[in-house]
Amino acid sequence: MLAEPVFQWVAGGVVAFLAAFSVLGFVLDRRVTSATAKETVRNLNARLRAWWAMIALFAGAVVIGRVVTVVLFALLSFMALREFVTLTPTRRGDHRMLFVSFFVVVPLQYWLIGINWYGLFAVLIPVYVFVTLPAISVLAGDTQDFLARSAKVQWGLWLCVYALSNAPALLMLDAIPNYRLPPAMLLLYLMIVVQMSDVFQYVCGKLFGRTRLAPSVSPSKTVEGLLGGGAIAIGIGTLLHGMTPFSPWQAAGMSLLIVVAGFFGGLVLSAIKRDLGVKDWGHTIEGHGGILDRMDSVCFAAPLFFHATRYWFTV
Amino acid sequence: MNALLRMFVLGLVRLLAGAQANWQGCAPERRQRIYFANHTSHLDTVVVIAALPADLRAETHPVAALDYWGGSRLRRFIATTCLNAVLMDRSGHGRGDPLKPLVQVLERGHSLILFPEGTRSEGSVAPFRSGLFHLARRFPEVELVPVYLENLHRILPKGSFLIVPLICTSWFGTPMRLAPLESKAGFLERARQAIVTLSARKV
Repeated sequence: MLAEPVFQWVAGGVVAFLAAFSVLGFVLDRRVTSATAKETVRNLNARLRAWWAMIALFAGAVVIGRVVTVVLFALLSFMALREFVTLTPTRRGDHRMLFVSFFVVVPLQYWLIGINWYGLFAVLIPVYVFVTLPAISVLAGDTQDFLARSAKVQWGLWLCVYALSNAPALLMLDAIPNYRLPPAMLLLYLMIVVQMSDVFQYVCGKLFGRTRLAPSVSPSKTVEGLLGGGAIAIGIGTLLHGMTPFSPWQAAGMSLLIVVAGFFGGLVLSAIKRDLGVKDWGHTIEGHGGILDRMDSVCFAAPLFFHATRYWFTV
Repeated sequence: MNALLRMFVLGLVRLLAGAQANWQGCAPERRQRIYFANHTSHLDTVVVIAALPADLRAETHPVAALDYWGGSRLRRFIATTCLNAVLMDRSGHGRGDPLKPLVQVLERGHSLILFPEGTRSEGSVAPFRSGLFHLARRFPEVELVPVYLENLHRILPKGSFLIVPLICTSWFGTPMRLAPLESKAGFLERARQAIVTLSARKV
């Protein structure tokens, strides 16, 4: 994959983009004087540092190979699920069900991607796990909040494991006619569009944000941020059509799908955080909160992007 | 070799129990302290140690129960070599003063991590045993720091051997000292209350 000119262009572009912003952050850090501006710049710089680390990790994984990518996403799922369950009230009776979720379901789901077994990958959690877990839980004999407890664990698994695993599942799509690049390019494409959408919605919101979109859920999300950031992300996604099997128009449509799904991922997870009374899911990544704070949009965008690509483009 | 093993054990603990620190009432400074925490699982000792910054870790010794951590060669090895723990006989049948190994650590100028409930509680904080009082009276210059360990009873509840890898946060509270003329019962209840307050005020 390293030898692909398209990959080299994209990788170079990402690095150049980050480098430009890092220089900007460095300059701003020296220039700004007001306390609020300082805070914003510090936030931006912390995000940028974390971005470099994530890009390095991700590039390493994509270059070295499929096993590394799958294991990396399995770890992300594991940590996202732990953030989710840590903040969700559970009872003693859930203990065994939770143990199985972490140490059986997570490895199994990603192992299926590793061995390319699409059929079981798609139904493992919604069919087998969702039948098994309540069965394990009911044996503990605790009926208080039983429905709510089972539902919370199932939703956590759906979000942190099932939905997120659809991103590395793109590696299974190796039967796309007239597409000679490795499927890892599709994963890279998804990540770039999702993250550009996140970053530019933040930037556009900071610069032009006036009209609040859902004040009771997430006060920082604005109509201007969504439209501006979304348009930039769709633009980038369209320009990058060369790394995908899509035509420019198809790439624009796919980017739109990713942007809209990602936006709602962020909004839905904000609503859940409000419900649980917390601001961030965790403190794993400096400046980014927890894994789930960074992955919320990916969790919603990945399944739709995976299935749309699989349905329309593979044979 | 031992340093490597220690890194491995602490890394494993971070993976399985998150082990984050939140310094609410004091900073992680290198001064002599007795940290006292609620006791909910066998992982407590390891989790507090993993939450401390590396430079404090070398001079801080958790107090572990001799009957559990001295129970097998592996456990004794983990406790004394990997965690720098002092083993304490809590049975009351031992000869001499059970606090003696703890006193020796404090006399060297090092810090201690204590679990004054003596036995594992679930959810609420049980009344404290008197060891903390005796140490506080004997070493009045040492800061007493309350620590609330969150979620450990969810990670490894009493009666289960399955670990659910949630994030455990150690909340470090405001240092306290034994007041002049304070009674034993009064002091122990005040110390217990410090942990209860910490558990309610977190976030």
